[in-house]
Amino acid sequence: MQVESFQYDNKTVRNFAIATIIWGVVGMTVGLWVALQLVFPTTLNLQPFFSFGRIRPLHTNAVIFAFVGNGIFMGVYYSLQRLLKARMYSDLLSKIHFWGWQLIIVAAAITLPLGISTAKEYAELEWPIDIAITLIWVVFGWNMFATIIKRRERHLYVAIWFYIATFVTVAVLHLVNSFELPISLFKSYTWYAGVQDALVQWWYGHNAVAFFLTTPYLGLMYYFMPKAANRPVFSYKLSIIHFWALIFLYIWAGPHHLLYTALPNWAQSLGVVFSFMLIFPSWGGMINGLLTLRGAWDRVREDVILKFMVVAVTAYGMSTFEGPMLSLKSINAVAHYTDWIVAHVHVGGLGWNGMLTFGILYWLIPRMYKTSLYSNKLANAHFWLATLGILFYAIPMYWAGWQQASMWKQFTPTGQLKYQFLETVTYMRPFYAMRSLGGLLYLTGAILGMVNLFKTIGKGTLVANEDAEAPALEATHEKHKGEHWHRWIERKPTLMLVMSLIVILIGGAVEMIPTFLVKSNVPTISSVKPYTPLELQGRDIYVREGCYTCHSQMIRPFRSETERYGEYSKAGEFVYDHPFQWGSKRTGPDLAREGAGNNKKSNAWHFNHLDEPSAISTGSVMPSYAFLIDHELDTATTASKIKAMQTLGVPYATGYAEIANKELMDQAKLITANLKQDGIEVGSNKEIISVIAYLQRLGTDINKK
Amino acid sequence: MFSFIKKYTETMEHSTIYPIFSLLVFVVFFVGVLWYVKVMDKKEVDTIKNLPLEN
Repeated sequence: MQVESFQYDNKTVRNFAIATIIWGVVGMTVGLWVALQLVFPTTLNLQPFFSFGRIRPLHTNAVIFAFVGNGIFMGVYYSLQRLLKARMYSDLLSKIHFWGWQLIIVAAAITLPLGISTAKEYAELEWPIDIAITLIWVVFGWNMFATIIKRRERHLYVAIWFYIATFVTVAVLHLVNSFELPISLFKSYTWYAGVQDALVQWWYGHNAVAFFLTTPYLGLMYYFMPKAANRPVFSYKLSIIHFWALIFLYIWAGPHHLLYTALPNWAQSLGVVFSFMLIFPSWGGMINGLLTLRGAWDRVREDVILKFMVVAVTAYGMSTFEGPMLSLKSINAVAHYTDWIVAHVHVGGLGWNGMLTFGILYWLIPRMYKTSLYSNKLANAHFWLATLGILFYAIPMYWAGWQQASMWKQFTPTGQLKYQFLETVTYMRPFYAMRSLGGLLYLTGAILGMVNLFKTIGKGTLVANEDAEAPALEATHEKHKGEHWHRWIERKPTLMLVMSLIVILIGGAVEMIPTFLVKSNVPTISSVKPYTPLELQGRDIYVREGCYTCHSQMIRPFRSETERYGEYSKAGEFVYDHPFQWGSKRTGPDLAREGAGNNKKSNAWHFNHLDEPSAISTGSVMPSYAFLIDHELDTATTASKIKAMQTLGVPYATGYAEIANKELMDQAKLITANLKQDGIEVGSNKEIISVIAYLQRLGTDINKK
Repeated sequence: MFSFIKKYTETMEHSTIYPIFSLLVFVVFFVGVLWYVKVMDKKEVDTIKNLPLEN
């Protein structure tokens, strides 16, 4: 058998590693900033570009796609080459992948503060960037598959299955969820409306957690943990069950983000059942990871890399226990919309993704630079700061979540709600401060890590092309007696891809197709009418400012909610909402019926409240939107927006686009005349007027005769 | 118990086959994976298991 000499590409891995470190620190810094905005709302909300609603998506996108994203590629490019005994297929594709991904991140960092956003959580980037993501993802997949095809190792180790499933599922999720109709370079409307948009979005959102934050990192765990512990994975057979069960079950679980909402009940129930079952493969994986260290636990005391990995896998176990529990309807009724969920995602993000990333970095960088780690002491300090940071973050948020939920739900003996919403907000502020301290500790650790890793880079020299040798793969493989069919799949990567694709499509299809096709799933309400042009423009400003990051528009059928907010929300009320704005967190109150019933306020109240929220509601953490009073509404877009809505099936009369701006101005004048009666002088062409019009419209349709 | 699904399915002909079919897909899938894992060749498993430690 002829032995071939070749070289591993370490340069691309190094580039992704540096990007991971830098974007990690940037993303966490923005995270600390948004956390502090809730403690010091007036000083830290630098309007309009750096308000909470605009930079909270910047934080989530940065840590998910920039920090973890680069971490995935770093780990995949390192492990894939070695597991396949082959250099990456094309240096050019690697380069395009690296720089393309960084450009996308920069584009996100510019557009999100500018308010260019689709307002779909973790998919906020507008359509040109969506296209760029698609292209770069294809480059990644192409490079990966071409490498798999020219490999020198016949077997595909389980880590590679996880990478393949990641590639194919993220591609499907991104394409389906980004289906949108552009109306200009920086604005589009999602193709789906209301309930359907919600289902697609949370099918995406949940599986972004599954297939971006989990499956690729499980692949990394299955490669780097054995490496760091210098012993093979505890049970390879368990890893196979883990893989197939996880990808089969995960894709169904999305509706658990929409429990008690206007989503059809059968879809909610499917989401609950599958979410609960997920605990089995998840814990199988966690146990497999931890037991890989059997007989090496003494080394965990000394080896900082193993410490990071143990905490990572433990955090994975905790958040995947909590996930199924939170999916039970009775627990979800308490936890949803509260800070409990924020604690949950940070145990996953800071614990599982963060700690595993740093563990891998500390292992990888010294090896690629043929040197030792600059300072073990510093790495240990990082470990303890990060671990304490997670605790200081999570514990106050768990407490806050419980407290919030119980305050929202309490009644007095005479049957009145015990607390005003504002009281729950002011009660939260000390917890927000403690959480910020947790974030600060974690960030300080990450900065120490950055210094340590850069010092390590400084004292070593990069082995950009690492020499390796392996025998060439025989062109034909003789099937030996008794060989199993799965062996056959494992040797055929394309088949593996197709199988993974089929497995992940089943769940999504079962939930989505009936919601789109069976009419009775979204009962229409005849009094629900399309938004007026002014309201539509106001709604787009609501979207631009990221109001959904703090306000839900979905009243669940609980007495505590119907008493506070009014009649519970119906599926038919959202049929013209592109995108849906149900939200996922109530830092502020629900706005689904802001314009109806007891919630209705005067135009002047809204004007003064948007101008300076804390002047109207003492202790409010909402930033000032005074700039809406100065900004002129861009009415040049009205006609194209109405036409786009018509394309999407919103029943405006033919030719309505042409008269829309006249109607817009008529309605605006009514509002300004009304404001004038309250002594407020403002031009009808200002953005604030359209926002007031939109808020006053919310939830009113079902009461119309 | 499944009234929320029945409403939509009872209008279809032979609708009882759908839940049975779904259950079968599940059972076959997981029994398949478990069975396969059980009969895997031990030597081959060891080879694959040690792939990350090779270089």
